[in-house]
Amino acid sequence: MRHLLSAGDLDANAATEILDIAAEMAAVSGREIKKLPTLRGRTVVNLFYEDSTRTRISFEAAAKRLSADVINFSAKGSSVAKGESLKDTAWTLQAMGADAVVIRHPASGAPHRLAHWVDGSVLNAGDGTHEHPTQALLDAYTIRQRMGKIDGLRVSIVGDVLHSRVARSNLLLLPTLGAKVTLVGPPTLVPPSLGETSYDLDEVLPESDVVMMLRVQRERMNDSYFPSAREYSRRYGLDGARLRCMPEHAIVMHPGPMNRGMEITPEVADSPRSTIVEQVTNGVSVRMACLYLLLGGKS
Amino acid sequence: MPYAKIVLSDADVQRIVDRIAHQILEKTQGAQDVVLLGIATRGVPLARRLAERILAFEGLALPVGTLDITLYRDDLRQKAVRAIGRTEEPAGGVDSRRVVLVDDVLFSGRTIRAALDALSDLGRPSAVQLAVLVDRGHRQLPIRADYVGKNLPTALTEQVKVRLAEIDGVDEVRLESAV
Repeated sequence: MRHLLSAGDLDANAATEILDIAAEMAAVSGREIKKLPTLRGRTVVNLFYEDSTRTRISFEAAAKRLSADVINFSAKGSSVAKGESLKDTAWTLQAMGADAVVIRHPASGAPHRLAHWVDGSVLNAGDGTHEHPTQALLDAYTIRQRMGKIDGLRVSIVGDVLHSRVARSNLLLLPTLGAKVTLVGPPTLVPPSLGETSYDLDEVLPESDVVMMLRVQRERMNDSYFPSAREYSRRYGLDGARLRCMPEHAIVMHPGPMNRGMEITPEVADSPRSTIVEQVTNGVSVRMACLYLLLGGKS
Repeated sequence: MPYAKIVLSDADVQRIVDRIAHQILEKTQGAQDVVLLGIATRGVPLARRLAERILAFEGLALPVGTLDITLYRDDLRQKAVRAIGRTEEPAGGVDSRRVVLVDDVLFSGRTIRAALDALSDLGRPSAVQLAVLVDRGHRQLPIRADYVGKNLPTALTEQVKVRLAEIDGVDEVRLESAV
């Protein structure tokens, strides 16, 4: 593996290897000394053109636990604000000897372009409405941890699928691992070309082992994809009553950040069947596994 | 001419495990605070066998753990990326206990160096000892074993192949020439 650009580049074996290594990395995170010497002397650059808390911090923690040097580069307050192009920034990173670049960018495809310009490994940490492969991997890891398997499970992804890179990466990864994915949301936000779809959440819930809620991005609320926030919430929000319609073993996931009261009520978000906090914890282990696989061997 | 000869048979391996179990008991005055830590891959079944023998001899059940040292190797960058094995701390941890590291072959000493680093991240043992089935010489670091099954003089070009029933279906140690 040279880069991690798309969840679609992973076959079942490669994905399972990442999850298995992540499980070993998780054991390290449970120790008093949460540090491995594995990537000593390697440099990881976090190149973030979009605001992000959990993904950036998660990658930073992952790289540091493997003893890599981390350089955080955010577009705000850098030469990007002065008009520097992605290509020129890439050359700068190249000149500084970055072994890996973790990039988040508002333009779909930016990590693919970057991969042609730098010698190091490129990890896609979210590009536009396209992909977010490490999120899909940590979701798969969380499902496997809670349910004991992924193969054969029915996963419903609910909400703004149209603009969601999390949904796209999960749509590529989870079926590779044997899960059946259904997309649920208002017709304006669920492109039928992506796979099996439903517009009725109540119909899908009793048939779901995993329900993955997506964030409704505030900026979309005024774009007339749905009549009002309240109507969206009533039809596609997950509340206590709907939680009780799900099978008893079923879990609720959310990639965060949540709009409590919009797509998910606090009762559901804080229930023991919600995996939201575990997803954050698992994110560090999964990203450690990805960094190890990309940087741990002969380059 | 390529050659291969069996240097230890399954009966030899059994006798060696029995002897090292006795030696551990003797050298640690009854092995009260001892934990066994097998280094992946073939150190793990050896550690389990030592624990079994010590249980049979003295009725003492020693905690057994496993240690995968891949992430602590000093040659990671020279080779393609490797899979990682399991690390399981022995029950009760390693703090303030005497840890006996167990491995199949002692060669350059680099694996043991990595194991010592890994061990110091798990905790702070009161002492660390090393038990190996075969010591083939050619040390590159100042490391020696406390319990040695067999000292086997070798040429650098030769290979020592250890097979154990739990993994390979048979107990056997062979010395093979370079192909």
